[in-house]
Amino acid sequence: MVNRIVVGAHYGLRDWLAQRITGLIMAVYSVILAVVLLSGQPITHAVWGELFAQGWMRVATLLFAASLAWHAWVGVRDILMDYVKPTGLRLSLQVLVLLVIAGYLAWTIQILWR
Amino acid sequence: MANATTNKQRPKYLSLQAILFEIRLPLAGWISILHRVSGVLLFVSGIGLLFLLDRSLSSEAGFAGVARTLGFPLVKLSLLALVWAYCHHLCAGIRFLLLDLHKGIDKASARRSSIAVLVVSLLLTAFFGAKLW
Repeated sequence: MVNRIVVGAHYGLRDWLAQRITGLIMAVYSVILAVVLLSGQPITHAVWGELFAQGWMRVATLLFAASLAWHAWVGVRDILMDYVKPTGLRLSLQVLVLLVIAGYLAWTIQILWR
Repeated sequence: MANATTNKQRPKYLSLQAILFEIRLPLAGWISILHRVSGVLLFVSGIGLLFLLDRSLSSEAGFAGVARTLGFPLVKLSLLALVWAYCHHLCAGIRFLLLDLHKGIDKASARRSSIAVLVVSLLLTAFFGAKLW
């Protein structure tokens, strides 16, 4: 019989893969955003607001934020699993991190569709 | 049950002293730990960055307020640190993706790509830093 630790994070492949795919999505978004910002006019409030008023930009930013949420969850969880050994403390920190990520995501949606 | 395998005592060679003075990381190790550090830095900075995004899109006055806030030297330095963290995390991440695809895993090319990550992320930081200033 294989000894498995039941308090863990599944067996990892899904999260491992998700972290890489979300990373790739964010890399693509970063390059597009950098090109848009650098090739346009100087960024005033009007330019900035107009950029985020466009549908594609809102959706792309939402996809970025969703990728970031999943990516950060896997990353921070890995770090907690590496450095925080007491199960209770680790679980508490993981719940806290999840709440923070959910808060970030909700706030992003609120900012984008105001 | 939960601790079926975790209770097993294993020898430990790590001490604070060992971490600080005895263990010398290879360059690729530095890229890796900096990837972690930059990731944590970006995660905890999320609240501040979202606040800036929120204000900057809220109104003309909010945008001006953000511009004023970013004018403070200490804020600029922090932002520069975050720009570095982002660039390093991105470059190192691309390197890790390539390593996952078994590209450049021999010792010589892994070292070369480590140097490339350090140099490129610093150059990008300098570029975006110059734009910000």
